[in-house]
Amino acid sequence: MKTAVCIKQVPTRDWQPRLNDAKTWIRDQDAGYEMNEPDQYALEEALRLKEAHGGEVVVCSAGPARVAQVIREALARGADRAIHVEDDALASADAFVIASALAAAMRDEKFDLVLTGLQSDDQGFAQTGVVLAEKLGLPHATIIMDVKADAPSAGSGKAGLRVKRELEGGWFQWVSMPLPAVLTIQSGINQLRYATLKGIMAAKKKEIRKGAAAAVAPKQKIAALYAPEKAKKTNMIAGSPAEAAKELVRTLRDDARVI
Amino acid sequence: MLLVIAEHRSGKLNRATWETIAFAQQLAGGQPIAVLVPGAASVSAELAAAAVKEVVNVESAVLEPYTPDGYTAALQQAIEQLQPALVLLPHTYQTRDFAPKLAARLDRALITDVTGFKSSGGATVFVRPMFQGKLTADVAPQGPPPHFVTAQIGAFRADQAARGASPAPVRSIAVSVDPSVVRQKPEAPFQEAKQAVDLSQAERIVAVGRGIKGQEHLPLAQKLAEAFGAELAASRPICDAGWLPMERQVGSSGQTVSPKLYVALGISGAIQHVVGMKGANTIVAINKDADAPIFEVADYGIVGDLFDIVPALVAELQK
Repeated sequence: MKTAVCIKQVPTRDWQPRLNDAKTWIRDQDAGYEMNEPDQYALEEALRLKEAHGGEVVVCSAGPARVAQVIREALARGADRAIHVEDDALASADAFVIASALAAAMRDEKFDLVLTGLQSDDQGFAQTGVVLAEKLGLPHATIIMDVKADAPSAGSGKAGLRVKRELEGGWFQWVSMPLPAVLTIQSGINQLRYATLKGIMAAKKKEIRKGAAAAVAPKQKIAALYAPEKAKKTNMIAGSPAEAAKELVRTLRDDARVI
Repeated sequence: MLLVIAEHRSGKLNRATWETIAFAQQLAGGQPIAVLVPGAASVSAELAAAAVKEVVNVESAVLEPYTPDGYTAALQQAIEQLQPALVLLPHTYQTRDFAPKLAARLDRALITDVTGFKSSGGATVFVRPMFQGKLTADVAPQGPPPHFVTAQIGAFRADQAARGASPAPVRSIAVSVDPSVVRQKPEAPFQEAKQAVDLSQAERIVAVGRGIKGQEHLPLAQKLAEAFGAELAASRPICDAGWLPMERQVGSSGQTVSPKLYVALGISGAIQHVVGMKGANTIVAINKDADAPIFEVADYGIVGDLFDIVPALVAELQK
């Protein structure tokens, strides 16, 4: 099975946001970056499918030159090769633009299966995988917690997919569909592996093909970016741990009356 | 015209639909609102109570059971017939499954997870979280209408949706979809295991997040829960790691809770968690990062190391 995994590079979890002068995007140069967490689970799932069924794992990313960092990371974890659609404008692009860029670079590869994370930790559109499926003309399912890639496809006799979709409030649903298909993967579907030294060395020799970005008009524009407005007035309690604990217990007893 | 797409599971209305109607009513500014019901005419009478111009049933065999292919094909035709200026949906898992496909099929903008709107130079911009809630953005949809907007769960209040003096008229429209366009074959929804813990009934909850660092530190949180007389809960990453069972997860994929007291230990406050707990009466956040989004919903906050503060709290509560 030839599987593509789409990954995004996003600011690290402990990054403190700083805005650019126009206050329409972050100061990219101040941020540290890592692989979007749900995409890490998508990559792990692809590697496990390869171990079970054979084939190839190709990691695909659309973004500026710095994205090479997470591509190398994915290759070190075991992906076979990569496609990098490189363009500075992709750093803050919307889901339609990113999905179009990925689709253009991926179409001729004729992947059997395309995996993405369910959403990104930066703009959090929760759209890219589904839009990519539409652009590639493939069926999809979202927020997947289990993938069975050897289910027979109804009628055709060809291999199909049976996947477990997460619904809300603790409900799930199995869905079958033919291959090729696109799945968006939920965090927690598997246990992640990390790169070994051997993997890191091997990654240096793996191919990264460059793709060109498609010329697509953006579907959304960030008019302003700012620190969130507080929904509530928060009473911040200062002091040593013992002092803060004492004051918190007092106020929960006497003011909030919840203990 | 503003078009709200109702959500139901096999004829049972999702309450988030009323939140989306409230959003549409705030946004409408005199424009008429229609509510579109895909399949399941049974929920139309319920929705006709809303102060809207009309309720429109879309009838097609491909709408039941739900599939993204069936919904996209049928709703594409319905939207082309009705010609709305704006299409509004609740930001549920089901919407996330089909709305990006529908918007892409029509080549239109989709703004997701919206919490509000503003007028900016005659145009409407939509407010949404970015970077896990660390920042907020005003986003302008680009290109021709209709634009698609999904409303964050809980951002608009269902009880603020205006009811009409008399029921809104209900009509049906027909669409013609070849059933072979539907490639997904869904099975019946199920629950993994009987929920042994009903956090929604808990009066007090102590919840842990990534800041707890390791499973070996959970007894510390457990001690605090006992001192408060609280149930222990967690954010998603803790349950993903298997440190606590999934049934103790609070958030969009877990339980929604509204206790008297919610104590968040080392939880950053990603929106997927916050939607599950922001209804709590009193929220306490303890986090080493003063900029963590959890402080935006907290009534009381302590910035510091939970490994110092929690033992002090346990000692104080035991006095």
